[in-house]
Amino acid sequence: MKISELAPKVAAGTITSEKITENCLATIADLNPKLNAFITVTADQALARARQADQEIAGGRRLGPLHGIPISIKDLIDVEGTPTTAGSLVRKEHIATRDAVVTRRLREAGAVFVGKTNLHEFAFGTTSEDSGFGLARNPHDPSRSPGGSSGGSAIAVATGMSLGTVGTDTGGSIRIPAAACGIVGLKPEWGRISATGVVPLSRQLDHVGPLAASVADAWTLYNAMQPTASRVRELPDAAAVKGLRVGVLAGYLFDRLDADVERSVLSTIELLKGKGATVTEVTLPHANDIATVYLHLVLGDAAEYHARTLESRPQDYTPNVRLRLEMARYVLAEDYIRAMRGKPIIATEVDRALEGVDVLLCPALSIPAPPLGAATMPVKGGAEAVRTLMLRCTQPFNLSGHPAMSLPCGKTPTGLPIGLQLVGHKGRTHALVQAALAVEEVIAYS
Amino acid sequence: MTVAQWLALARADAEQRGVPDLIPVLEGLAKATTQLRAADWNDDSDKDLKDDEAVDEDQ
Repeated sequence: MKISELAPKVAAGTITSEKITENCLATIADLNPKLNAFITVTADQALARARQADQEIAGGRRLGPLHGIPISIKDLIDVEGTPTTAGSLVRKEHIATRDAVVTRRLREAGAVFVGKTNLHEFAFGTTSEDSGFGLARNPHDPSRSPGGSSGGSAIAVATGMSLGTVGTDTGGSIRIPAAACGIVGLKPEWGRISATGVVPLSRQLDHVGPLAASVADAWTLYNAMQPTASRVRELPDAAAVKGLRVGVLAGYLFDRLDADVERSVLSTIELLKGKGATVTEVTLPHANDIATVYLHLVLGDAAEYHARTLESRPQDYTPNVRLRLEMARYVLAEDYIRAMRGKPIIATEVDRALEGVDVLLCPALSIPAPPLGAATMPVKGGAEAVRTLMLRCTQPFNLSGHPAMSLPCGKTPTGLPIGLQLVGHKGRTHALVQAALAVEEVIAYS
Repeated sequence: MTVAQWLALARADAEQRGVPDLIPVLEGLAKATTQLRAADWNDDSDKDLKDDEAVDEDQ
């Protein structure tokens, strides 16, 4: 079920928030033992808030489309009175004393919080396999990863455990699980949504954003997460596909793809051309340097944040994340500075690629959801490490800070979702959403 | 120091701290650092300055 479908019914009183929330909680009870999407389920608080929402609505007080809608929150983000574990035993005793800014905004919008979702520990991974609270599983194939780090969040929306969710994205952690689970994920422009009250991985690369069942739902969540002055009343209209100018990021972002992913994304490009979109090829000249720039920045930043606890309680980290954090401590300052110099160069190249087009287009994820435990996956050109493949298409836009959205564009023959990525101009997330609405509709009716 | 020198020191430190699992991970980082140091935006103090197009306000 989508927020856009249920919100009018809740506002009209034809369905209660309590009923929707009960349904979500029942789905959690049914599926969570197998999929491990949630670390903390706040059933009593959710039902209390849902009943309160119903009373408010019945009394004529309507807070907007999220009023009474069950939402989950990635367990990296503070919700007052509940643990923020970051998926780690390092934080198992932690209880948030206040809401994160984004939590407060959603609470003020009337959302009902059903719980805190599982993630790759401290957001430092792309598969949600390394969590102090057990690995998470893809709902389309539980032998596979849901992607990460916001894996639990993606599972929650894909299965109806919550109707929307808030995730974070440092190298792709909203868009990767969205693609792996067949839903929409929006990484806003950097700094657009407050990260106050969110456990950091790399503050210069961290983004907070929504995952949802549709572009419209993602927009509704994103709108409510913004400062009040930036919100708009209405969902943007879809752009016209005829005349939509699409820049396909050729080269690096298409070089190492699974065959089904390539086929699906290229097929979508042909669909758009057939509907009158103007498609041109663009490139990022320093694309081959993106991964190493990203790596040195995220390692340096993570090393600083975890310095004390890596010394005092290393055994509380999952082994793989601990190893990567140990590695992070060896990054030299001179190499961190080299990476800092590369970051604005890549940002400028993304700006240049966007000149004369409305959006950039590329895959969101190079491969379908990988099997749990897989170290490498076969792609065009030979096998590649899973971590490298998972980050390849998304991390450029964490470095550049541009708004980027993943949306489903097809499935593999075995039913695994495939995601397409659209990247917008800075300062024009509205236009990105308009383009995404149009592309989503073209895909839906193909 | 060169990447090779860095890796030798890092390996020795990892062994001394009793974290031998770290060594293959450090070898992977060494490859990435080698690539980073080869990037064309890097400066050398005895060569011409690199243009910093990202902050060139005239462009």
